[in-house]
Amino acid sequence: MANVLVSAPKTAKKGQVVEIKALIMHVMETGFRPGTNGRIIPRNIIQDFSATWNGREIFRMKMSPAIAANPFVSFSAVASESGTIAFRWSGDEGFLAEHQVAITVT
Amino acid sequence: MGPSAALGATVGRRSFLAGAITVVPFAAHATPDALAAAVKEVTGGSPVHEGKVKLDIPPLVENGNAVPLTVKVDSPMTPDDHVKAIHVFNEKNPQPHVFNAWLSPANGRALVSTRIKLADSQKVVAIAETSTGEFWSAHTDVIVTIAACVEDVT
Repeated sequence: MANVLVSAPKTAKKGQVVEIKALIMHVMETGFRPGTNGRIIPRNIIQDFSATWNGREIFRMKMSPAIAANPFVSFSAVASESGTIAFRWSGDEGFLAEHQVAITVT
Repeated sequence: MGPSAALGATVGRRSFLAGAITVVPFAAHATPDALAAAVKEVTGGSPVHEGKVKLDIPPLVENGNAVPLTVKVDSPMTPDDHVKAIHVFNEKNPQPHVFNAWLSPANGRALVSTRIKLADSQKVVAIAETSTGEFWSAHTDVIVTIAACVEDVT
């Protein structure tokens, strides 16, 4: 399981725009760099990142090798209802990581 | 005696050298043409207007391995008028694509931040696609002193 760091408020007022930040440990190897033996290191990146709020998709991002190692993404969302915000990262070599945070909307 | 030396013997020294100079050691880098092609892939040839998009990226970065980038679009983010997608491209990395992000009125604000790699001093372009079918853009020239993805440092 990959190391994931997510920052989202635990509580929010209904209709409030909250900022959500997500960081994941990943090499994001571009596939363009030669290694110490002179051979190109095969590409190993996260290709897709998505966030859902109670199962409804609120954000999706397609990444390229130009995203820095340990991809950090920040976006905003309107606090609609209490529940869970789920994050999902998937990529090369069968990489898959999931994380959830709970949020209470009053 | 490698195969290239044998080739040199058959094609003559001068033309061999001329050929050797034009050999690019790595995969072709994205060019302004590749950038334009990548942009067209997203816009489908629709006109792209300057404005509404704010691309926040340092104009001078020391380390191209992690360059903070924020794209903010001036949009009410209502169901009738919102930003559907934000696309970011570059000019001189090996590939013109940086990321595509899809948004909806559920985001409240059209704002995306991340960290990117830049292999050289170059232009970075952000394009926003609105629900009304318009495309807005902003671009910034970034100077990079230490490039990303040159060789394995580990």
